[in-house]
Amino acid sequence: MPIIEMSKVTYTYPGSSKPAIRSIDLSIEAGEYVVITGPSGCGKTTLCRCLNGLIPHFYRGALEGDIYVAGFSVKKTPTSTLAQMVGMVFQDPESQLFLLTVEREVAFGPENLGLPREEVRARVEEAMNLVGIAHLRDRSPHELSGGEQQKVAIAACISMKPKILVLDEPTANLDPESALHVLNLLLDLKVKLGVTIVLVEHRLEAVASVADRVVIMDRGKIVLDGHPRDVLRKPLVEAIGIGVPKVVKLYNELKKHGVNFGFTPLTPDEVRRAILEVMRGD
Amino acid sequence: MIEVHDVWYSYEEVVALRGVSLKIQPGEVVAIMGENGAGKTTLIKHFNGLLKPSKGYVKIFGVDTRNASVAELSRRVGLVFQNPDHQLFSETVEEEIAFALKNFGFPSDVIKKRVEWVLKLLDLYELKDQSPFALSGGERKRVAIASILSYDPDVIVFDEPTVGQDYAQKERLAQLIKLLKSQLKTIVVVTHDVEFVAENFSRVVLMSEGKIIADGSTRRILTDSDLIRRARLTPPQITQVAWELSDLGVPKDLMWVSEARDAILRVLGVKY
Repeated sequence: MPIIEMSKVTYTYPGSSKPAIRSIDLSIEAGEYVVITGPSGCGKTTLCRCLNGLIPHFYRGALEGDIYVAGFSVKKTPTSTLAQMVGMVFQDPESQLFLLTVEREVAFGPENLGLPREEVRARVEEAMNLVGIAHLRDRSPHELSGGEQQKVAIAACISMKPKILVLDEPTANLDPESALHVLNLLLDLKVKLGVTIVLVEHRLEAVASVADRVVIMDRGKIVLDGHPRDVLRKPLVEAIGIGVPKVVKLYNELKKHGVNFGFTPLTPDEVRRAILEVMRGD
Repeated sequence: MIEVHDVWYSYEEVVALRGVSLKIQPGEVVAIMGENGAGKTTLIKHFNGLLKPSKGYVKIFGVDTRNASVAELSRRVGLVFQNPDHQLFSETVEEEIAFALKNFGFPSDVIKKRVEWVLKLLDLYELKDQSPFALSGGERKRVAIASILSYDPDVIVFDEPTVGQDYAQKERLAQLIKLLKSQLKTIVVVTHDVEFVAENFSRVVLMSEGKIIADGSTRRILTDSDLIRRARLTPPQITQVAWELSDLGVPKDLMWVSEARDAILRVLGVKY
């Protein structure tokens, strides 16, 4: 059974006349790494808010269709229950961090679940070690760099042992090196914990090669959904104004001159291997 | 027109600039790059006098910034900040944009014309009666840019304009920079976005730990693996492809899709 199942979901914010997302059908299996992308205002953030119950419980508005997360109906399940299954990380980590030390921040979720002290301590240690912030435990989250803050926000989710991690443009405000660290960390969490990753991200060149799936949205709808190799080569992707990785553009250009790799490369390394293959074939 | 001479600057104990020298000529389009904390934002705040050097000097059109007010300098050097919310405060988009013009004492008919021109230029006309705070992040960013362009400064400085913008918005920003360049404006952009720079800038100033570690053509700097590493950047993806293929005879200093395509077709012996 899929861990996330949305069928015919249409949602309209209160006071708005047109839906922010329309007829969304999306099914995600446990352990998948799914990237959601699309132009600003396409409904990506709205879709994320449906996964932890912020929609409809906090935002209200009109929600049609069914959303099931880990078997629970989002409409009928309180956000406190959903929060144990779905961790959310936002673009601006500072808005999410509010305690005096990193360690307190990571402990906050499990403490609120009323877990025994030893369990809380074990979860906090595990989460901080996995994310690589144990050395920052006594620091104030507010004096950390953006990349470090984002890792704290992720650790604060991980300590809840969620089944799903939903991240809404977590690298948008980070420098390239920190962004890469955070993205590598997500892959690590998927592999080590088997957590399902739903990541909203514009920089496809950084995630196309690690994601299992890319979902492309435009004007409230899902317009493409599939493996990055199959999705990113479609002309529609560029037509709706999405930044296709340069290696994909390069391959599209080479194809016009009769060069055929037999697959769409997603990294510079794959371009090399494909070219060597073509040379051998000659 | 912008002359920075051996400038040092400290925030209390932290030394942010350590002997920075830089000249930018009228009509140039320059990207300032480097890791967080390299001193980029500190440097550009010297361009309109928001910060004054602890040592050394900054001259804008020959005027030493220590002898001029921020108001005088701002008239010629407009700074668009990274977070538009630090800049916006009016009730409507239109008022926001008119504010600086009123402050600079422009007559009301000029204000009206300028506001209308810039609203259209930045695709904001439909939103002119809305509160800036009801807009999306990308739209607020455009309002912040509009409020600077409205008074027609000679130099426009953008701090991280591509952050949080999608691909289409980046393309529009690139168009805007081209338009401003054609009007002989001087453009300085602080950014981490190597792909944006590779496509739109000819000169890069690279900073690290309060110093300029390289200043020159975008191609020379963004394809230099040593400089890229020191500044904690990642090279453009096409440059990475070129490095992967260098043993096959592909030059290492490629940045653009078209160059890589031609080089690969040569390697494969395909006529084009």
